[in-house]
Amino acid sequence: MTVAGIPAVATRAGRPLLGGRRFSLDWLGTVPFFAYVVSFLLLPSAIIAIGAFESASGGITLDNFSHLSRSYIVKTTIDTTTLSAVTALVGAAMGALLSYAIVTGSPNGVLRRVVVSASGVLAQFGGVTLAFAFIASIGPAGFVYLFAQSHGLDYYAHGIWLFTVPGLAVVYLYFQIPLMVLVFLPALDGIKPQWREATESLGGTTWQYWRYVAGPILFPAFLGATLLLFANAFSAYATANALINQGAPMLSQQISNALSSEVGAAEPGFAKSIAVEMIIIVTLVTVGYTLLQRRASRWL
Amino acid sequence: MKLGSLTRHLGLAAVALLAIAACGSSPGGGSASCSESAAKTTTSAASCGGMDALVAAAKAEGKLNVIALPRDWANYGAILDAFAAKYSIKITSDNPDGSSQDEVNAVQQLGTTSRAPDVLDVGMAVALANTQLFAPYKVSTWGDILDSQKEPTGIWFQDYGGFMSIGYDSSKVPTISSIDDLMGSAFKGKVALNGDPTKANAALNGVMMANLAKGGTLDDITKGVDFFHNLKQAGNFTPVQATTATVKNGTTPVVFDWDYLSAAHGTDVPSWKVFVPNGAILGGYYAQAINKNAPHPAAARLWEEYLYSNDGQNLWLAGLARPVRQAAMEKAGTIDKAAAAKLPPVNGTPKFMSDAQATAAKNYLVAHWLAAIS
Repeated sequence: MTVAGIPAVATRAGRPLLGGRRFSLDWLGTVPFFAYVVSFLLLPSAIIAIGAFESASGGITLDNFSHLSRSYIVKTTIDTTTLSAVTALVGAAMGALLSYAIVTGSPNGVLRRVVVSASGVLAQFGGVTLAFAFIASIGPAGFVYLFAQSHGLDYYAHGIWLFTVPGLAVVYLYFQIPLMVLVFLPALDGIKPQWREATESLGGTTWQYWRYVAGPILFPAFLGATLLLFANAFSAYATANALINQGAPMLSQQISNALSSEVGAAEPGFAKSIAVEMIIIVTLVTVGYTLLQRRASRWL
Repeated sequence: MKLGSLTRHLGLAAVALLAIAACGSSPGGGSASCSESAAKTTTSAASCGGMDALVAAAKAEGKLNVIALPRDWANYGAILDAFAAKYSIKITSDNPDGSSQDEVNAVQQLGTTSRAPDVLDVGMAVALANTQLFAPYKVSTWGDILDSQKEPTGIWFQDYGGFMSIGYDSSKVPTISSIDDLMGSAFKGKVALNGDPTKANAALNGVMMANLAKGGTLDDITKGVDFFHNLKQAGNFTPVQATTATVKNGTTPVVFDWDYLSAAHGTDVPSWKVFVPNGAILGGYYAQAINKNAPHPAAARLWEEYLYSNDGQNLWLAGLARPVRQAAMEKAGTIDKAAAAKLPPVNGTPKFMSDAQATAAKNYLVAHWLAAIS
């Protein structure tokens, strides 16, 4: 949209066109939004989807999708989805509890300001930095481990779990919980203390307050935030790659392997079919969320 | 049209003058010369009037375009300066941190322009995939390069590289004298590869080296995969990406990597040692190639002559890279002994994977690696 274009639009919009009907140009205001959606969401998705049907020689093929049944891709798909779901649910639960603790305190208190600022930073702290922070602290050569070990606590006695998928879940929680605090806090702020007082003055118990008043109001926001956390974990790459470099346990790593193998195992079409698989999984989760949301937003 | 033919005649005159100058500047070299058109297609210095004629033609061109040569990689900074000073040729060093693929892309995109790179230093996979872009040339020390390290007509020829090795922090793990030592309990969760072997070349070579050490052949990487499977079962293999940071902090005190890269960890970790198992000397080398559309064909060929001279080879050696003529120079006594002594020791004949062998290894790894280490 050029600045010069706007006055022209305004004059034309006010003038009756042939046939006496006013031709509305209000939709012009949405152009930037749709331009954004098309160029950053639809176009890349379309390029990926089309590329997924291309064979190495340029023809059309379904082979890229049949490769998705390779045993290691099936395993990676299950691992990635499970990891994302678990860290989303645990992160959402713990993040919600933390948010509640903050809300019950003073609205301008030091605790709230510190936790919110820290969450803002930590929610973006994923990647190699976070992975190395874990390696350097609780990793097998980290100072925490060496200290614990010298005091008789060898928490890696049964293997170095930090470099396994469950270990990855622990690391992911370090950016999942702060993200939950950031997105769930506004919803909690919307809960008025008067509602609780009203419940109590009508003889309601704490359980009844949460079950019939606060719960139904917060649940849609909670679900939405959980979905965001799921997508956040599902698409993460650098953290996983730094901690578990061998065997590529996450789908994002499989895409990377298929795209940029320097030993000649590059299959760009296959990489795109994995991306399509990821889009489908997130779509399915979103559909499930929408159905649940519809039920949850019905009062009681 | 007139202008065109005038320039052409001027050009011819210039070439003729150069040829005369070349004759004049080669004392005792006879009447040999190396014209620009001859330089473009010549496959050796001898077939273009000899070394002196090539030097004269290169000096007349006065310029050389190189690409993707970091000054701190394999001592290239010193090499570029020495070449420029020795022959008074101005070097344009483009995109020093580029990759091998970037070099090939530049050759294709810049075509016959004067900015196109004259010479390339590329990884083997890229060299083999782009042979149609290169001009054949044999340096005068061609005979010192093993047959397995060059294309017979001189389309590409390996320049420097190293051997796959096991680097380790001797303050954190016991001395390693055989690959089977890694199965011991002192190595629990400590052995790493430099990358995933289905993706990274260094890691694939790491598995192949273990394969050779366990009695396998270059044609069949099975024993290498089995070794890492057993290492994983013993709890000794760590899936962490080995980096300078993980080496420094001790998370990956044992790493399979190229010896010249591994030896560089010694600056961070003084107790770092590099070990190459007997009978498992697996080489990995970069290769030189000349752009067939090189804008400075004589300078390009002179650059190769310089790199493969004793001076050029010793300069690479000073950067911890093993020059391709090292064995021949050791025999002839022309090697820089002080620089050679800094390299990790190896005993035996180095082996090199052919393209077909590397592909077979890759295919086996893609099918079996994940199952082996999970």
